[in-house]
Amino acid sequence: MKNVFVYCEVENQKVAEISQELLSAGKKLATKLECKLEAMVFGKELNNIDKQIAPYGVDILYIADDDRLEPYRTLPHAALAEHLLKKEDPQIVLFGATSVGRDLAPRIASVLNCGLTADCTILDIGDHFDKKEKKEYTGLLYAMRPAFGGSIMANIINWDMHPQMATVREGVMKKEIFDANYKTEVRKVEVNDIVKEEDFVVKIIERHIEDSGVNLKEAPIIVAGGYGIGSRENFQHLVDLAELLGGEVGGSRAAVDAGFIDHDRQIGQTGTTVRPKLYIAAGISGAIQHRAGMQEASMIISINNDPEAPINKIADYVIHGDCGEVLPKMIKYYKKNAK
Amino acid sequence: MRALKIVVLAKQVPDTRHVGPDAMRPDGTVNRPKLQTVFNPDDLHALELALHIKDQIPETKVTVLTMGPKRAADIIREGYYRGADYGVMISDKRFGGADTLATSYTLVKAIQKLGDFDLILGGRQAIDGDTAQVGPQCADKLKIPQITYVDQIVEIKDDEIIARRRLEKGVETVSSPMPCLMTVHGSAPACRSRHAKRVMKYKYARTSTELNSKGTEDFLIDLHKKRSYLTIPEWSVEDIGAEMEKIGLSGSPTKVKSVESIVLTAKESKQLSEDDADIEMMIQELIEKHTIG
Repeated sequence: MKNVFVYCEVENQKVAEISQELLSAGKKLATKLECKLEAMVFGKELNNIDKQIAPYGVDILYIADDDRLEPYRTLPHAALAEHLLKKEDPQIVLFGATSVGRDLAPRIASVLNCGLTADCTILDIGDHFDKKEKKEYTGLLYAMRPAFGGSIMANIINWDMHPQMATVREGVMKKEIFDANYKTEVRKVEVNDIVKEEDFVVKIIERHIEDSGVNLKEAPIIVAGGYGIGSRENFQHLVDLAELLGGEVGGSRAAVDAGFIDHDRQIGQTGTTVRPKLYIAAGISGAIQHRAGMQEASMIISINNDPEAPINKIADYVIHGDCGEVLPKMIKYYKKNAK
Repeated sequence: MRALKIVVLAKQVPDTRHVGPDAMRPDGTVNRPKLQTVFNPDDLHALELALHIKDQIPETKVTVLTMGPKRAADIIREGYYRGADYGVMISDKRFGGADTLATSYTLVKAIQKLGDFDLILGGRQAIDGDTAQVGPQCADKLKIPQITYVDQIVEIKDDEIIARRRLEKGVETVSSPMPCLMTVHGSAPACRSRHAKRVMKYKYARTSTELNSKGTEDFLIDLHKKRSYLTIPEWSVEDIGAEMEKIGLSGSPTKVKSVESIVLTAKESKQLSEDDADIEMMIQELIEKHTIG
């Protein structure tokens, strides 16, 4: 039986959140398929990295440890991944839909001549009957993602050009420890046998990585605005309310595209996925790409002029009205009633 | 600095912000004729970076390459209006239904037909799929380095280019030998607008398919005989020497098994007005439930 593989991102000896989430998702797929879960991690000073990875139920872990592998650069990581995937021949490979995963996965898909589905929100295993060939395929990856225009969910499969590859955004899958004492077999990868000198032609001259301070994922309350807010200035109402409630401000893609709010605050399939205690959607119609990123909020308030806005259907409170009127009133009555 | 040969990959995309109910066919593919189209926004940023290099090194040649149906010739005209030197269209029904793998194969066959190049520029992703895959897949097939999410070209030396990448949590400046491929991020400078003189010069640019379609006025055909630069090259499967099993649907590993309309499990929502009494009642309920406060 061919296995499930996860590409793990690591920086400063720490396995990325997204990779922990992917390992959990990968373990579920491997369990359904009754196969092993394998992982690969490329970076520097990775002596104890297996201790972070093993608890997710990884059976075999490939470690490439070399100073030149961190920070990430495309070509050396691609050479290593290509080598391992050709040799181990897995049936499924998962990558994070991060700036690393979205750079690497398509390059690998091209060299392996296989399919790659981007930004999946659900991964499952299922069958497919191909009418043309009259052939039944079993145990395929169902890579599901909201598609085009937002009213539909597409189930993407790949039955003939394997491995089946998918990327998943951070926050979409839940990270779950499988077994704190899980026994992982560690296999060291000989970097110099695989990566050539010319794979290091791209040089990193300067790097400024910092947390922007925006932490939507952890925020208990999110006040998010959509295109309906109308302007960057009007977004100030949202900022005021979020500050007052101890929350963060977010936006739909339409609001980001219109320049009302910064990219790093985008919520939805191509932004951040959040599960706050309270989600206030102001002037957001709620296309599925947006809902995919917030529908697991414990409570949802929708403020919208349009009674038909899809988001109203999943809201606990629907306020039919103008955000410019409603938001200041919410601020006013919160101040009045809060102790 | 020596002059560069730059290819800009551009895509005509449905305007996903204005989508009607008949946007999808029952088989899950996009019903393109039913949609308004636009120049993919990230690709416009890529065009700007190319034209900016041309500003600095005037002998630089910028070629816009697009794949699509007949009406995608708009992309080539738009490229001309804004400053491109040359445009080529890849158009053949047999390319239809391509996923990113088949698309990158097709684009690379056309790039190779164009000849030597120093730089390939394309948008980071297209708004109709958001996959961001075609750039890196082309770079792999051309066996050249890729620099993704570029928002600024910092410096060009003889055979080296330095660019700044926009990452999730910061920026990174890298150097790469040329030839290389870059995908351009939406935070790069916006594309310059059309140049009036160039619009006058190129407004009658047409592909042969457009010229041969019904209702084409005679003057247009005569004009194209006199000014050959107005005829936009249109390449078929045979023109680029593509293998049939690697293009279109047959070259695409990913298939849509099913599409489902999302049925929202409607919650019991409380319907409120914007009146003070309603808002205050809601705030009080939220405080009681300890959701806020």
